Amino acid sequence: MAKNSKGKIIVEIIKNKCIGCSNCIPVCPPDALFMKDGIAELDIEKCIGCGKCVKVCPTNAIIIEKAIKKEPQIEPLVSAQKSSIAAYKGIWVFIEQEHNAPHPVSWELIGEARRLALKLSAAVSAVILGGKKEELEVFAREAMQFGADSVYMASSESLLEYRTKPYAEGLVQIVNKYKPEILLIGATTLGRDLAGAVATRLKAGLTADCTGLEINTENLFLEMTRPTFGGNVMATIFCENVRPQMATVRPHVMPMPKKDAARVGKIIFDDLKLPEAEIDTKVIEFIVDAVCSDSGLHYADVIVSGGRGMGKAENFSVLRELAFVLCGAVGASRAAVDAGWVDHSYQIGQTGVTVRPRLYIACGISGSIQHRMGMQCSDCIVAINTDKNAPIFDIATYGIVADAIKFVPVLTKIFREKLAGKNVFAGVEK
Amino acid sequence: MKDKFDCIVVGAGPAGISAALTLVRAGLKTVVIERGEYPGTKNVMGGILYTRPLEELIPEFWKEAPLERHIIEQRVMLVSKDASTSFSYKSKQLDEPPYNSYSIMRATFDRWFASKAESAGAIIINETLVESLIVENDKVIGVRTGRADGELYADLVIDAEGVNSILARDLGLHPEIPEHNVALAVKEILALPREVIEARFNLKAEQGTAIELVGDISAGMMGIGFIYTNKESLSLGIGCLISDLRKSGMQPYDLLDRFKEHPMIQPLIEGAQTKEYSAHLIPEGGYRAIPPLCADGFLVAGDAAGLVNSVHREGSNLAITSGRLAAQTVIEAKKKNDFTCRALSLYKKLLDQSFVMKDLKKYRNFPAIMEKNKHFFTTYPSLLSDSAYEMIKVDGVPKKTKQWKIIKNFIKGRSLWGLVKDGFNLLRAIG
Amino acid sequence: MHIVVCIKQVPDSTQVKIDPVTNTLMRQGVPSIINPYDIFAIEEALRIKDKFGAKITAISMGPPQAKDALKKAVSLGIDEAVLLSDRAFAGADTLATSYCLACGIKALNKENPVDLVICGKQTVDGDTAQVGPGIAVRLGFSQLTYIEKIEKIDFERKEIFVYRHAEKGKQYLKSRLPAVITVLDGINELRYAPLPELFRAARYQVKAWDKKLIEIDENLCGMKGSPTAVKRVFAPTPRQRGEMVSFNERNPEETARALTEKLLINKNG
Repeated sequence: MAKNSKGKIIVEIIKNKCIGCSNCIPVCPPDALFMKDGIAELDIEKCIGCGKCVKVCPTNAIIIEKAIKKEPQIEPLVSAQKSSIAAYKGIWVFIEQEHNAPHPVSWELIGEARRLALKLSAAVSAVILGGKKEELEVFAREAMQFGADSVYMASSESLLEYRTKPYAEGLVQIVNKYKPEILLIGATTLGRDLAGAVATRLKAGLTADCTGLEINTENLFLEMTRPTFGGNVMATIFCENVRPQMATVRPHVMPMPKKDAARVGKIIFDDLKLPEAEIDTKVIEFIVDAVCSDSGLHYADVIVSGGRGMGKAENFSVLRELAFVLCGAVGASRAAVDAGWVDHSYQIGQTGVTVRPRLYIACGISGSIQHRMGMQCSDCIVAINTDKNAPIFDIATYGIVADAIKFVPVLTKIFREKLAGKNVFAGVEK
Repeated sequence: MKDKFDCIVVGAGPAGISAALTLVRAGLKTVVIERGEYPGTKNVMGGILYTRPLEELIPEFWKEAPLERHIIEQRVMLVSKDASTSFSYKSKQLDEPPYNSYSIMRATFDRWFASKAESAGAIIINETLVESLIVENDKVIGVRTGRADGELYADLVIDAEGVNSILARDLGLHPEIPEHNVALAVKEILALPREVIEARFNLKAEQGTAIELVGDISAGMMGIGFIYTNKESLSLGIGCLISDLRKSGMQPYDLLDRFKEHPMIQPLIEGAQTKEYSAHLIPEGGYRAIPPLCADGFLVAGDAAGLVNSVHREGSNLAITSGRLAAQTVIEAKKKNDFTCRALSLYKKLLDQSFVMKDLKKYRNFPAIMEKNKHFFTTYPSLLSDSAYEMIKVDGVPKKTKQWKIIKNFIKGRSLWGLVKDGFNLLRAIG
Repeated sequence: MHIVVCIKQVPDSTQVKIDPVTNTLMRQGVPSIINPYDIFAIEEALRIKDKFGAKITAISMGPPQAKDALKKAVSLGIDEAVLLSDRAFAGADTLATSYCLACGIKALNKENPVDLVICGKQTVDGDTAQVGPGIAVRLGFSQLTYIEKIEKIDFERKEIFVYRHAEKGKQYLKSRLPAVITVLDGINELRYAPLPELFRAARYQVKAWDKKLIEIDENLCGMKGSPTAVKRVFAPTPRQRGEMVSFNERNPEETARALTEKLLINKNG
């Protein structure tokens, strides 16, 4: 048991566990903790061994060898809210729709909410905002077919096009009125814009861009897991004292639930007062993306990439053709760039671009660590290489031992037949 | 900038910062121009810093500098295809302060070192490339940077921009360095937990090992590999002469992968994650390749001056010392207000008196001899491994017979005349 | 005209990893940089300044060493730089961070009314994209996120016209100043500042404001003001070796068919 010269039992910091989050600094009553070289350091003479820092350390890097007395909790954010936490019930999913098309992430989230609801014994509701009531009703029914028990719906002229202010105002009003325990929103550009504004207005905890959700079986808090540091680190986050617990969730992570055409439920409709005069932002025009827009490597949903195995510059034409059929972009490994077959701007990897497409087709790329660092976060990786021992196969979702120069044109032909001009990968698959 | 400086230092590596620190302490108005985002971002070296030269500038620097581990063991591994013979020197003395050397990470160390010069009064300008010197009447009077409004003037310019200095070349101090005088070193930082490093290298906390490797790992080329232990990572790398690499047709990173997969190396780095990959040129010409070190208004220090001891793999300590001595020369020149090459020849004198030139002179024949005798990197490590195996193997053959067999192997591998010649050459190279 | 740019000093996230054995962050030797997305915000502010003439202030919340990032911003051409730094601000989540930055911007606004706040899309360490919206709500400014292009600004009529990136296209919006905008990466290309700017930055003293120097409620800052907390951090599961699709040499079309079927199912499921 560690003690200081005054004989006080003190805490100990396990340095290699400390992540430098600084959580412990402000909670220390005698200011005995401070940051040094990015990690917490203890002034042992000041420490009174109260153990407050032990509790707030996310990585258990601070220990104290004694029975920790039950200290009062850190002052809750909104003390009035704590008592009313119990008033917040049910899991809500925000149904994102724009120009009369719902975003599939909303349905994915209903499926996920159903799974979580089992553990909470709670109901699942969808919440839909929009301009035309009749259109929203179609989506409301669809939400229930995907698994929602009921739907909160609100329409207003000013919700016809998405704008932050009226949408945030509308959602805040409904949340305050019906008080959900959990509110899930797709981590799309719309969802993240809206969630940030709504959470700030509700003073609620919001965890962005989650890839995993779970209910803690002991305290029934929602535990939200998300990648940080560019995907190198995963963090699990929770929210203790404020409701609703809000999360935006990355599309294509949760499985798409099955539709049950027989499922029905209640629609609760609110007519919101959102006077247009109070909204400063006006949509002058909405410019729909061309079916196949050349958005470059950064934002491409599909990337067809070539390496040393492509043999020569001319062979990149087969990759371009496949990329065209899939509405994707062409990339390259360093070897192909060094060989002068394509320009440096095509290079994917540590010294080039880092990409995260939904589909990455690696053709004749062996998969050096330098290359993998730039593409290993892709949702689905297809590797085509003649060397069955190529390291690219270690991270590929699907691997084919074949000569890419000959196989890619065949693949292109089949894709062309199957897709017949439909933009399956880049857009919304319906 | 219309204000004039006493001295412009090009490059914020060990040579440049040592020079700047010495200059501002003497009250000279000094600016350091660095091309990297911060000092250290573009700087690469194996990762060993020797204590002495830096201590002359910053006494007890180890109390505050960001250092990794102090080196208590120097190991040389002679590596054959699937075996290795090691010589190791480990001592209690090396484990007592002031320590002889440390492993360091350049990104953090250089930034710290630069901050010392900055707080002493030097101005450090990052992300700026010095494109050329401004010369008037054959005297260097400033530099031209790649930025708008980018001309700077000073009484003197110290060139510490690293290997293959364009500035020194433009001034005609040296021609383009021949390929056989430049090595390309590739290096990775491999992350491993502290405890794993300490267990694998038999170390306690803060202690470190420096391993140099010769033999099969360089695939027949003249080259040396290294593994240094940091706190939570290993610096692992290999350097080969550019001329050899070109002949072999191997890519440097292939060489590195081959090195990492060697059966004697792989267990040391198992489970490690590559955190960083870098490549760097090292002047290997030694004493005979050192260019003239000054011109009117101009001095060269560190790698730019080819001040690298290729035998002992030392560069940064020569850089620190040469930077300091260049600065001392500038201070003297400033006192006399004489910036001619003649006045600056004091620099050469100071270098000659220091360990820098003494060491380089001692090994002046080494590069050329090694260059002509590749078998030091190919035949001998294998022969040694085979011999050791012969001696260790218990197979009923008497040891005396084994010794004969070993000697015969050596003669077969190299011929008797070859062995004698090698012994002589080696003596000449390092004696 | 007064433009505020919000920046953050972040560890170079490509180099931060989790130790798979001890589950701790390995950030040793990882250099600190300006959040790369914020560079686009800085350049966008500089472009507006070129056109209309404006004062640009960079603001950041962080530990004292974050001054380096602000100095860097000054070297790029930013006029003034303020660091909000106090122990009470430490451990903040996005809600508390945006509160603190909003308080800082309010203080700037008192000195010189702010017309426009520009932020990067998100940070590379947190990746949340929530602080920009948070600031907008706290300040009551128009919120314009994921901006691809600023088409027009009329400071006199207090109007701004922007293209905003949406899921299936882009919105052309007209909004009112003051506004908070977050800009997409690639919206511009950072200029190469003239040398005198670097000398100015080298000599520039970043202003440091603590909780006593601005109007701020300590209970809403730092950890106290953060409803969310980190339970644990861990390494992502390494990618598993997937399925090898056997290659039919005599009939490659069959292989291609098998693969496309898997991909199409994979995409829908």
